[in-house]
Amino acid sequence: MTQVQEQDGYVTADGRQIGPVLMDLRDITLRFGGVEAIKKISFDIREGEIRAIIGPNGAGKSSMLNVISGFYHPQEGEVWFKGYRRGPMKPYEVARLGVARTFQNIALFDGMTVLDNIMTGRLNKMSSGILSQAIWWGSAEREENHNREQVEKIIDFLEIQNIRKTPVGRLPYGLKKRVELARALAAEPQLLLLDEPMAGMNVEEKEDMSRFILDVNDEFGTTIALIEHDMGVVMDLSDRVVVMDYGRKIGDGTPDEVRNNKEVIDAYLGVAHD
Amino acid sequence: MDQLIYAAEVFLNGLMTGVMYALVALGFVLIFKASGVFNYAQGVLALFAALTLVGIQQGQVPFAHLINAVLGTHIESFGWTVPAFLAVLLTALVMILLAFLIEKLVLQHLVGQEPIILFMATIGLAYFLEGLGDVMWGADIKRLDVGLPQGISDSIETVTDQWFGYGFFIDRLDIWATAIAALLVAALVAFSQFTKQGRAMRAVADDHQAALSVGISLRFIWVMVWSIAGFVALVAGIMWGTKSGVQFSLSLIALKALPVLMLGGFTSIPGAIVGGLIIGVGEKLFEFLIGPMIGGATENWFAYVLALIFLVFRPQGLFGERIIERV
Repeated sequence: MTQVQEQDGYVTADGRQIGPVLMDLRDITLRFGGVEAIKKISFDIREGEIRAIIGPNGAGKSSMLNVISGFYHPQEGEVWFKGYRRGPMKPYEVARLGVARTFQNIALFDGMTVLDNIMTGRLNKMSSGILSQAIWWGSAEREENHNREQVEKIIDFLEIQNIRKTPVGRLPYGLKKRVELARALAAEPQLLLLDEPMAGMNVEEKEDMSRFILDVNDEFGTTIALIEHDMGVVMDLSDRVVVMDYGRKIGDGTPDEVRNNKEVIDAYLGVAHD
Repeated sequence: MDQLIYAAEVFLNGLMTGVMYALVALGFVLIFKASGVFNYAQGVLALFAALTLVGIQQGQVPFAHLINAVLGTHIESFGWTVPAFLAVLLTALVMILLAFLIEKLVLQHLVGQEPIILFMATIGLAYFLEGLGDVMWGADIKRLDVGLPQGISDSIETVTDQWFGYGFFIDRLDIWATAIAALLVAALVAFSQFTKQGRAMRAVADDHQAALSVGISLRFIWVMVWSIAGFVALVAGIMWGTKSGVQFSLSLIALKALPVLMLGGFTSIPGAIVGGLIIGVGEKLFEFLIGPMIGGATENWFAYVLALIFLVFRPQGLFGERIIERV
């Protein structure tokens, strides 16, 4: 684990290039009334890595993700992003800084087509004026074309060409998850947060999704932090894993290290807490 | 033959009335699309806009009665009149300010609440604005004149007289209203379909959380949408105010927008237009053809009956989003 301490990144055993720290969470505590959902948790996310947060139900994983994406504001602790300390930001401000996310229970725009949904991911990449956009002229046309190109690239990448014009509300669950991923990717995020990307999927869909996550990381160099309930899937996917249980961090390291951690094993096998 | 020509005239007049209904319905659609809220205050918004316009135009001192009552003064007006164009511009600014205040004081505190809660809030808003309009500008009936032509259109009368031997009575104001409404609708459709803000607006309407996650500021979109709705209310207020004077009953035109929305669908801008036209033409023709047989005054209820029939067969309206339910 010594190489992880280095400032400017390292190369993993299987040759993956990991960069410097992109997001650093320090002593985060989040309370809902009297309930502590997150208790003094610290960990970091490095550029280019796939970082998993795992833990049993109710461990506080989603709360953690909501802290990172600005939906929740921790009572204590600091969030550092790209070397700067982040104040209590609105979710849309966090998104504009380059953090995109998906949701556990899928939050898509059901009334819009797949294409339109993905295009909303690029809203912050558009700068031309209202008037020229409305009459489709000059810079607006170039911009829209550029955005369409990027979006088409993502559509190809995620293999959803045949449903481009379908209203999202009509799609089956697995495809919705994929469209949500596409929308997040369209923003060209530096940090991509995935909230249980494989929840409720069958084995085949899980394999597809795993492949897409690896490919996204590989192809676009996107840093990915994902939450997963199911330990097996994550272990093959991620570079480093944080394990949470009852709002505490009980493990942090490579999949192998985590797998052999006694506390983690206990949490997953359900040893009685005393 | 005569009957047919009369019917044609009634039809034309119905179309024009329909445009006026559509103008009011548009304001509802805009806010419904962006926030899923049925804005009960839309009619009062039109009344308030019209009152403000008249007030500014005639140089009235806002809150004159209140000031006089408290301070014992006798101020009524600034003693100037503002040109119509400038007054419209100033009123538009007031409506934007109002949108900002509504977001700040009401909506902001209700983020994530059920639509029914927001609906109740707009009812409150309607009564508040009604009172505010009275206190600011006085409760008397006012004449609104921003220089729109009024009265019978001579050219149409002459032309139709030559063709049919019977001159149609078409109000020039109605023709202008139609043209302005068409322009407004074209602009709104272009805005919501092709601009980034329009796309963001549709996104907010669909899912707040998801909209936030792609970097859309809910506050900005809400202020924007209420500003636009305020502007549409201003246009509607000008048209209806010119036609029948600025008075409390102006806010009741909102009730006529309801059947229009049920017909056209709450989420469709073109739907509001087509719905308005159908209701306008429908009620005029019905009154003309069937009215005499059943004692007349059918205009009061025809639109609602039509809307009820629609609710049974096509609850989402003509152009509303398909209701998709997955089980």
